[in-house]
Amino acid sequence: MNSAMPAPATCARQHRDLRGYLLSAPALALFAALLVVPLLLTLVLSFNVFDYEVGIRADHWTFEHYLALLGDSYFLEIFWRTFWISALVTLLCVVIGVPEAYILSRMGSPWRSIFLVVILTPLLISVVVRAFGWSLLLGADGLVNHAIQALGGAPIKLLYTPFAVIVALVHVMLPFMIIPVWTSLQKLDPAAEQAALSLGASQTKVMRLVVLPQVMPGVLSGTLIVFGLAASSFAIPGLLGGRRLKMVATLVYDQYLADLNWPMGAAIAIALLLVNLLIMLSWNHMIERRYKKSLG
Amino acid sequence: MAFLQLDNLCKRYGAIDAVVATNLAIEQGEFVSLLGPSGCGKTTTLQMIAGFVDVSSGRILLDGRDITHAKPSSRGLGVVFQSYALFPHMTVADNVAFGLRMRKQPEAEIRRKVTEVLALVRLDRHAQRYPRELSGGQRQRVALARALVIEPPVLLLDEPLSNLDANLREEMQFEIRRIQSEVGITTLMVTHDQAEALSISDRVVVMQAGRVTQVDEPYRLYEHPRTRFISDFVGKANLLPGELDGAGLPQVQHSRDASLTLSLRPEKIDLLDNGAGRLQGRILTRYFLGSQWLYRIGTPLGELTVVRRNDGSAPLGEGVDVGLDWQPELLRVLAADEVSA
Amino acid sequence: MSKNGPLALTFHSLVVVFMLAPLVVVCLVAFTPENTLSLPTAGFSLRWFEAVFERADFLEAFKNSLQLAFLAASLATLIAVPAGLAITRLQFPGRDFLNVLFLSPIIIPHLVLGVALLRLFALLGVNGSFTWLVLAHTVVITPYVLRLVIAAAIGVDRSAEQAAESLGASRFTLFRKITLPMILPGIAGGWLLAFINSFDEVTLSIFVTSPATQTLPVKMYVYATESIDPMMAAVSALVIALTAVTMILLDRVYGLDRVLVGKH
Repeated sequence: MNSAMPAPATCARQHRDLRGYLLSAPALALFAALLVVPLLLTLVLSFNVFDYEVGIRADHWTFEHYLALLGDSYFLEIFWRTFWISALVTLLCVVIGVPEAYILSRMGSPWRSIFLVVILTPLLISVVVRAFGWSLLLGADGLVNHAIQALGGAPIKLLYTPFAVIVALVHVMLPFMIIPVWTSLQKLDPAAEQAALSLGASQTKVMRLVVLPQVMPGVLSGTLIVFGLAASSFAIPGLLGGRRLKMVATLVYDQYLADLNWPMGAAIAIALLLVNLLIMLSWNHMIERRYKKSLG
Repeated sequence: MAFLQLDNLCKRYGAIDAVVATNLAIEQGEFVSLLGPSGCGKTTTLQMIAGFVDVSSGRILLDGRDITHAKPSSRGLGVVFQSYALFPHMTVADNVAFGLRMRKQPEAEIRRKVTEVLALVRLDRHAQRYPRELSGGQRQRVALARALVIEPPVLLLDEPLSNLDANLREEMQFEIRRIQSEVGITTLMVTHDQAEALSISDRVVVMQAGRVTQVDEPYRLYEHPRTRFISDFVGKANLLPGELDGAGLPQVQHSRDASLTLSLRPEKIDLLDNGAGRLQGRILTRYFLGSQWLYRIGTPLGELTVVRRNDGSAPLGEGVDVGLDWQPELLRVLAADEVSA
Repeated sequence: MSKNGPLALTFHSLVVVFMLAPLVVVCLVAFTPENTLSLPTAGFSLRWFEAVFERADFLEAFKNSLQLAFLAASLATLIAVPAGLAITRLQFPGRDFLNVLFLSPIIIPHLVLGVALLRLFALLGVNGSFTWLVLAHTVVITPYVLRLVIAAAIGVDRSAEQAAESLGASRFTLFRKITLPMILPGIAGGWLLAFINSFDEVTLSIFVTSPATQTLPVKMYVYATESIDPMMAAVSALVIALTAVTMILLDRVYGLDRVLVGKH
C-alpha cells in the first residue's frame, strides 16, 4: 500500500496505526523498563571504576574491565574453555541429533509421536533436576562407576570434570538441535526420496544428495541455538563443573555475588551478550545468503 | 431503479486498477453470475458489495439506499465464502443462529427459524454436529443456511462450489438454484467456471482485467459472444477469418488478410462426405466424450474442432477425408478485445 | 511400519536411554530407604518424601514458585494477546521492531538479564521484592505466549471473521465470539508453556531473589551445591511429576508436539 491510496482508505489506515500502538503499549512499557533500561544500565556499569574499599564509583570511568578480559590469562582461560566446550557440545548435538531426527521422521505412527515427545519433553523439566540426575549417574559412587567396577575396571573421576559438563550439556541441548532439523524434515516431500531411489541412487546417496541438503538450514539454525545456549549455560557448569571448572556464566556469578565486583561482572556479561548476538547475526546472514535463493 | 445497483464502481490498489468503472443493475429475485478468469476483479467487486474492501470511487445502491460506505455488519447481506468460513468452535445450529443472535431475536424464534432453514438445506439431522464432522458438501449447505436465515435482501456467493469435487459440484449447483428460487432471493455469484455460470444464472456478467465486457442471458452469451476472449472463455469456439458480403452477412474468407474474426461453435458444423460442403478437411484425432464425439480436423483454414452427438452409429475414423458445412447465419462476428487477456 | 534398519533402531534406543537415564535415576533414588544416594535395592521407602514436607524452607520455595509462575504467566498472557493481535492484524510503523523486541528474551542469555535486573533493582532499592520478581519473569516468558498467539492468529480463517461481520457482529462481539474462541487453544497453550518456563527458571532468579522470595529451582541449586542427600532426589521427583501433569494439560489444550516443534 503506498501513497497513491485514495483519501478515505488512508484515513482508515491511520486510525489502525493508533490501535497497533495502543495494543502493544503494556508490553512495550514492561520491556522498556525491565529489558532495555537494565541492559543500558549494565553497559554503563561496565565502564565504572570499582574500588574494593568503597565499591562502585558511578562517576569514575575506565576501560580496565574490558582490557582485563583481553589481557588477563585467568579470564582468557575461562573464555577459551567456554568456547571449546560449547563447540564440542554443538558438534555432538549435530552428530547425534541429525540422525535421530531422521530416524524419528521415518517411524510409523504412533511410535513417531511417542518418541518425539519422549525425546523432547526433558526440555520442559527444570535444568537443576537434570543436572542433579547426571550427578547421581556420574558421581564417585554413581551408577556409571558401579557399572565400570562390575566389569572389573577401576572407578574413575567423572563428576567435576569437563566430561560431566559436556555430557549434561548435550543432554540439555539435544532437543534444541532435533526440533529445527525435524521441522525441516517435515517439509521434505517423501516422494523426492522415492524418486531418487527409482532413478538408481543408493540409500546413502539419497541421504547425502537429497535429504541432507534440504535439512541443512535446520541443522544450521540448531547449531546456532545450541552454541548460544551452551556458551551462556549456568546451572550445568555450576553443579557439575565444581568450583575450579569455571565457565563464563559461573564466572559472572562469582564476580557479582562472591567478589562483589559488579563492574567487572557487567563487562563480562556485556561481552558474552555481544559475542552471542554477533555469532547469531552473522550466522543468520550467512544462512540467508546461502539458502534464500535455493529454498525460497 | 434496479434492486442492487453498482454505479461506476472503482477499486485501485496503489497504481493497480483492480476494478474499473463497473456498472451493473440487478433486479429483485434475479440470479446473476460474475464470470471471469482469476484476477479479473470479480471477487474484489463482491467484496466491495459486502463491505470488506473499501470503495475507491463510485456508488453501491441497495433498494435505493446508498450503502457504499456502510459497515459490513450493518448491510445485512448474506455472504457465502469460498472456504465456507464456518465457526469451528460452534455447532451447526449455533453457526446458523449466529446472525439471528446478533439481531437479538427471541430464542424461541431463533430455534424455529434455524430448524426451518436447516430443513430447507436438508441438514435437519446434523444440527448438533461441529463443522469438522461434516463433509464438504454439508459444510457448504451450513454456510448457505447461515447466510439465508437472516433473510438478507441479497445473497452473495464467492466461488461457492470450487472446493467441491466434480460430481458433488454439479449436484450442489442445482441445489443452490433450487433453494434460490424457493426463497426467491436476489443472488450474485462469483465464479471462474463458465459451465456453472451458464447452467444456473438468469444473467451472466463477464469480467476481464477489471472491466465488465458483456452482460447477457446464458443462452445469448453463448450464441452471441461479443469478443474473441468471451467466445473462447465461454464454451469452445472455432475462429475463422471473414468479411461481410453485400447483404451485410458474414462470410468465411480463405485469405489471411480478412478484416473480421468470425466465431463458429463446434456443434454447429456438419460433417459430410468428402467433396461436399463448404470446406474440405481430414480428421486428425478423435476423442470420445460419452454423449459426444470430438474431432480435430485439419483444413486449409487451420485446425477446427467439431463435436457430433453420439447417436449410436459408428464414428468416423482418424485419417478420413470429410467435407464440412454450416449455416452461414450461425457465424458470429467478434469485436476486437478492448483489453488483452 | 518402520523404514529404519536395525542399526538405526539401536542408535535410536541409545539416544532414548541417554535422554531418560538421569530422570529415571532421580525418580528411583527418591524412593531409597538408605541415608545415601543409592538405588532402592532393599525395598522402597517414602521417608525422603516425608522429609521434604517437613522442610518449611522447601515448602515456602515451592509456594513461591507456584505463585510466581501463575502470576507471571497470567500477566505475560495479558500483555502478549493484544500485542500478538496487533502484530498479526494491523500495519503500523515499528511493527517488525516490536516483534523482534518482544521475542528477544529468547536469545538474550538469562544470565545477562539476571545481572542487568540486579543492577536495576539495586538502584531502585527493590531487590528481593516479589512484585518485581514477577515482572522480571513476565519479560522472560512473554515470548513463549507471544509465539503461540501469533501462530494461532495467523491460523484464523479471516473469512470466518468477515462472515460474522456480515451477519451483524460489532467489533467487540466479533472479538469475543469469534476471534477469541478461535485463538483460545493458542492462548491456553502459551500460558501453560510460560508457566513451566517460569517455574523452571533458575539462572535469572538466582540474581534477583532474596531468602524470602527464593524459588524452588534456586533453593534446589543452592542446596545441591552445599550438600547432596536423597531428599534432593525426592524434591526432583516431585518437580518431574508436576511437570508431567502440566505437560498432559498442555497436550490436551494445544497438542504437545505442536508446542515442542511448533507446527501448526
